[in-house]
Amino acid sequence: MKSRREFIKTTATGALILGSQSKLGLAAMLDKPTGAGKSKVVVARDAALHGANGQLDEKRVQALLDRAIAAYTGREKPVEAWKRIVPVGKVIGLKVNGLGGKGISTHAALVLAICERLQQAGVKPGEIIVWDRGPRDLEACGLTISTDPSRIRCYGNDVGGYEDQPVAFGAANNVKLAKILSRECEMVINLPILKDHQLSGVTFSMKNMYGVVQHPNELHPNGCNPGVADLNCIPTVREKVRFTIGDAMTSVYEGGPGFHPEHLWQPNALIVGEDRVAVDHTAWQMLERKRAEVGVPTLEAANRPPRYIATAADADHNLGTNDPQRMHLMEI
Amino acid sequence: MRYFSNWKWVVAALVIVVAAAGSGCKKKASDPFPATNAIAGWQKTSETRTFDAKNLWQYIDGDAEQYISAGVVSTSTSDYKYQGQLEATVDVYTMGDATGAGKILEAGQTKEAKAVQVGDAGIAFTQSVIFRKGPTLVRIVAYQSTSDTPQALLALAHGVEGKL
Repeated sequence: MKSRREFIKTTATGALILGSQSKLGLAAMLDKPTGAGKSKVVVARDAALHGANGQLDEKRVQALLDRAIAAYTGREKPVEAWKRIVPVGKVIGLKVNGLGGKGISTHAALVLAICERLQQAGVKPGEIIVWDRGPRDLEACGLTISTDPSRIRCYGNDVGGYEDQPVAFGAANNVKLAKILSRECEMVINLPILKDHQLSGVTFSMKNMYGVVQHPNELHPNGCNPGVADLNCIPTVREKVRFTIGDAMTSVYEGGPGFHPEHLWQPNALIVGEDRVAVDHTAWQMLERKRAEVGVPTLEAANRPPRYIATAADADHNLGTNDPQRMHLMEI
Repeated sequence: MRYFSNWKWVVAALVIVVAAAGSGCKKKASDPFPATNAIAGWQKTSETRTFDAKNLWQYIDGDAEQYISAGVVSTSTSDYKYQGQLEATVDVYTMGDATGAGKILEAGQTKEAKAVQVGDAGIAFTQSVIFRKGPTLVRIVAYQSTSDTPQALLALAHGVEGKL
């Protein structure tokens, strides 16, 4: 007879596994390698995601999301797949990123597609909070502010407020967390948008957590290293932010994190995974390929490689892996 | 009585002189943002927001450092719409001196940049115009690309330039 651990190991698809080890009912320590000891990352693409007018095709976004989640969970039916990802009866946060303004923010089409599937999986509208720093960020994503508790809520830290008591890990030693994260959400799905970043090189999954603290600018020194890794090690961030559905449908390969249309690019992809380090490493490589294609120097040559990714993978942080040999990359 | 009346006039004159000295000697801070329809087709769609160097991160977190290192003093921003459709944002950065403005303009140069006659120096892309005039750097970005976009942005840029 197999032990429970062996059973999980043999039945795991590299996806989220229901069980009892986590407060949320998500059994596996989701940041750790799954399946055959590797961190799974899915890169799902659709070359026809943007129409001739440059607008996103919302139906194709939904289909792309379904393909990505199906590949990740091994469950073909979206509802079955989502039931393995989210706990029922808990508040789920969707942390978007609207910092760059209208042209380069997490797309509302992706947020709405996720909200649709969450509800089909049994999450009530009032148990979903879409959030970012403030109303301008959310509006930049194309979202509408709503605080009605019977509906999907969408508001910023300006409404939710920040904790009075700071928390700390390493260089992130005076962090006041957004109450939406610390008090309201039981689990957060991270919805960053892939961008070049003047300081950190790349901003994606881990860097998006700068939007859950009151003074992110204090974590900028030294190319945000170790600021990004340290912030993600703060227990509330580490434990609640369990899954990334990264928006790489539109990106800027240079000049970020603000909107620079002259450097705009449409990778038409979603990058999905539990291991935030593996997700960021994958996103970084995608960005570097684009930079090479257009003849822009590597981030290393530009003196801003995203060093925080290796820091996040080191023994002091242990947030995931940046070793491609320890990743199971699925490109679909 | 006559003495009292003269004294009142002297005080009144002094008040006027002092008030004039307080306001008239300083150059009135100009509003660089053209009002709705001041430039044909352009509508100002938001209030102007202003940030000083210390809180610029609240507007452009991650980008703020390059402006701070170039000596930004304050930044103002406002949204616009052209013919009710094309959305754009105008950012006006007041730097400590012209060198700082030049530094940021230089950093924005790429081989795709087209030189344009706005301010002291300017460049344009399909969806953006950047120019400097004295210590001021202006960046105008459109969120859509239509055949009208480059010309419309340039017209707005000239409108801002005229108010600097």
